Amino acid sequence: MTSQAPGLWPPSGPEVVFLLLGAVAVGSALLVVTTRQLVHAALWLVVCFGALAGGYLVLTAEFVAWVQVLIYVGAVVVLLLFGIMLTRAPIGPSAGLDSGNRWAAALVAVATAAVLVTVIVTGFRTAYAPLQPGRGAAEPLGASVFRTWVLPFEALSVLLLAALIGAIVLSRTDIRGRE
Amino acid sequence: MTAVVALIVLLPFAAAVAGLLATRLGTRDVRAEDVRTRGVGARDARTADVGARAERAAYRRAAWFAIVPGTVSAALTVWLAAALARGTPATDGRFWAELLPGRTEGTLTVVETGSVPISLTLRADGLSVLAGILVVVVALAVQVYSVGYMRDEPRYPSYSAFVSLFTSAMLLVVYAGDLIVLYAGWEIMGLCSYLLIGHWWEDRANSRAAVKAFLVTRLGDVGFLFGIFVLGLSAGSFRIDDVLRADLPRGTLVAATLLLLAGVAGKSAQVPLQTWLPDAMAGPTPISALIHAATMVAAGIFVVARLYPAFLAAPPTLDVLGVVAAVGMLGAALAALAQDDLKRVLAYSTISQLAYMAAALAAGSDRAAMFHLVSHGAFKALLFLCAGLVIHHVGSNLISHMGGLRTALPVTFWTMTIGFAALAGLPPASGFFSKDAVLSAVEHGTGPAQPLVYASALLTVGVTGAYAARAWLRTFFGPARIEPLPEPPPGVAHVFDGREAPPSMLWPAGVLAVPALLLGLAGWAAGVQVEWGPAAASLAVALLGAGIVYALWRAAPEQDPARLLGPFRAPCERAFYVDAAYAALVTRPVLRLARGVVRTDARVVDGAVRGSGRATLGLSGLVRLAQNGNAQLYVTGLLAGLVLIAVAAVVLT
Amino acid sequence: MHVVYPVVVSALLFSIGVYGVLARRNAILVLMSVELMLNAVNLNLVAFDVWLGDRLHGGQVLTLFVIVIAAAEVGLGLAIVLAVFRTRRTVDVDRLRALAEVVRTPEPGRPDGEGAS
Repeated sequence: MTSQAPGLWPPSGPEVVFLLLGAVAVGSALLVVTTRQLVHAALWLVVCFGALAGGYLVLTAEFVAWVQVLIYVGAVVVLLLFGIMLTRAPIGPSAGLDSGNRWAAALVAVATAAVLVTVIVTGFRTAYAPLQPGRGAAEPLGASVFRTWVLPFEALSVLLLAALIGAIVLSRTDIRGRE
Repeated sequence: MTAVVALIVLLPFAAAVAGLLATRLGTRDVRAEDVRTRGVGARDARTADVGARAERAAYRRAAWFAIVPGTVSAALTVWLAAALARGTPATDGRFWAELLPGRTEGTLTVVETGSVPISLTLRADGLSVLAGILVVVVALAVQVYSVGYMRDEPRYPSYSAFVSLFTSAMLLVVYAGDLIVLYAGWEIMGLCSYLLIGHWWEDRANSRAAVKAFLVTRLGDVGFLFGIFVLGLSAGSFRIDDVLRADLPRGTLVAATLLLLAGVAGKSAQVPLQTWLPDAMAGPTPISALIHAATMVAAGIFVVARLYPAFLAAPPTLDVLGVVAAVGMLGAALAALAQDDLKRVLAYSTISQLAYMAAALAAGSDRAAMFHLVSHGAFKALLFLCAGLVIHHVGSNLISHMGGLRTALPVTFWTMTIGFAALAGLPPASGFFSKDAVLSAVEHGTGPAQPLVYASALLTVGVTGAYAARAWLRTFFGPARIEPLPEPPPGVAHVFDGREAPPSMLWPAGVLAVPALLLGLAGWAAGVQVEWGPAAASLAVALLGAGIVYALWRAAPEQDPARLLGPFRAPCERAFYVDAAYAALVTRPVLRLARGVVRTDARVVDGAVRGSGRATLGLSGLVRLAQNGNAQLYVTGLLAGLVLIAVAAVVLT
Repeated sequence: MHVVYPVVVSALLFSIGVYGVLARRNAILVLMSVELMLNAVNLNLVAFDVWLGDRLHGGQVLTLFVIVIAAAEVGLGLAIVLAVFRTRRTVDVDRLRALAEVVRTPEPGRPDGEGAS
């Protein structure tokens, strides 16, 4: 795979697209963790997830991209917005969204990024994956899920059921724990 | 015959055990029975009476326990002496070979120690029997005397038991055939002297005196023990015969005898360890008699005589002994001249007389030393018993409270006169002959210290006459100064309203007066040479001293003849400030050191312990700051650690 | 497609998520940051799946599973946040200090009821 790989620079067409989408994702993610408005954070999260979905498309993972859009952008972010409203968060900009150990957090995050990027660049500088359109379409993926991965899939459904029950128990006020 | 020796030693020991354990065995039953038969109602009223009766019963029984074994022991000693007198003389006999030539020795068992074995050996020869007779006679006299003297003493049973134990220990020293056995008796004596000097421990001063006696003699005993070790290890045996027969190098002998000398100085109260003896007067007077005449102080001289061949082979030790004796005899005599306490006068005279014996030993005559030891034992015991009678009568130890007792106490007067005559060395009392023997021995002595010793001895004869005359005159003549004390202070015997003490106290004094008077004549008859010229000179010196005191006293009977000392009186009364010097040089630095150690312990050691605890608490407080409950902080730490580990893993592999 | 590009993007996203989890006070923002980290993982999984050309599509299937789990996690997390908000009237993470050790200040004469519970 790596033998006939082209050089890292200049990037090919799909790579350029992916890099642009990645820049959008990273930038919006940065805005998510730095903005002073809760609702804006949720909206920037939508942008980030959308850019990622685009990235999945470029990587030929079509089904994952659509699931990403449906579940993350459609369900998760809406759920988060509901949470923001239910906790009566202020709509406008609010001051104290960052805690005291902000600098320690920044340090750890930068260190993490440095370590990870260093390791990745060292390890996968020459790794090249040729893209085959249609490989991540719904059909082969569905066949794989319901053939090979059917048992984890069922286990996951049980997990979802448990999460459902747990969420109900946690949010209902008339169910009390044992004294 | 060895069995007899063992019996002589063990009988007083059995008496001590019985006195300690058996005196009160029956009396408690009697008390309980009495209470039961008299009924409940009368119990409180009767208990005191019953208790007093029980006390009397214990007292009587203790008296029997004390006297009967002592008597038997004395009788057996006499028999032993008679048996030894029939023995065949040895070729290398020492001075007693002519009189008591026989000897006996028996070993109970040999204790294997891994290196030099210890043989539990008893032996009896002329020297032992000579000292043994002195011990048993004086101990018996003291026991009989104590029956009267301690009549109202609630702790009489334990007192008499300790006296018996003391006697037994001294007899063990006397009859020991092995140095370790001797040392055992030696140490038991130290213990008994502590117990008996501190008999009236309710008074703080008395218990202090007891502790002082114990510690000072113990100081010497350390040297003594090491001297024994040096002798025993280099001779390969602790048996006295083997040690004396062994051909030891001269350096070893000098070292060993010098070490032994430390113990001798401690026990026999010689310079520089003499300070405990005057303070030992805190004990009951019969104990003073026992310590000063027969047991404690005699042991030191006896041991030197016992190991005399070893000492003779070490001339430097004898020179040291001579200097010690010369300093001690004159200093103690001067101190005796200035004392106001009758018992302290006698105590310092004991130190002085013991120094005479040491001088005789240093001059090379153990015969003169032993002669003086025996005669001094007799007259000093007599003097102490008589002093006890006087103190009993007056209710005070101080000479300034006495006077004119000649008519009130005729028996005491005559017996004590004999004692003082012997002390001053007036013929025909025993002291005259024994002191003359010592003086002639010193005169013919050799060694670099001989002139000093001889001059000191002659001077001391004069001072001895002076203080004997002073004590005699101030006690029995002149105006009566009795001021009956309303209540005797603790540590002082009760005031008697009778004219003389009970017969149980008079008889021992009277009996002891006989040897005090006649022992010298007996010794002379037995072959001790008297050099009449020097004897007359010393007699003249003694009379001169006595005469000066008499003249001073005659001029002013109210005043103390000790004023002849002039400006030296205060230092003499304080015994030349030796106690103060020891306090400044030894006691106070030790106390300061001890206080420093305590402070160091409190500050440094405890401080380190408490400080480590406090430091741990402080550090844990620092750590607790991180433990503030903020989960984000925890996760930060967790991830930071994770990154570090990842970096380390990458960098190190 | 060079694998480095998506993987580096994923690493950066992950680090940003880490920063958000550690630095944000609001619990909902923390949840969003967790979502960012999960998405970084997803991108990683997809990138390596493409690189390896796995016939079983393990990476992409696992991505689907992670998305499902993330949805469940967000549901439960929000329920917990709401429960905390109901009892404490706040969702600020650094003001929830119940994990801290109760420092007893011994007061004579009064038993320390809080420390015992």
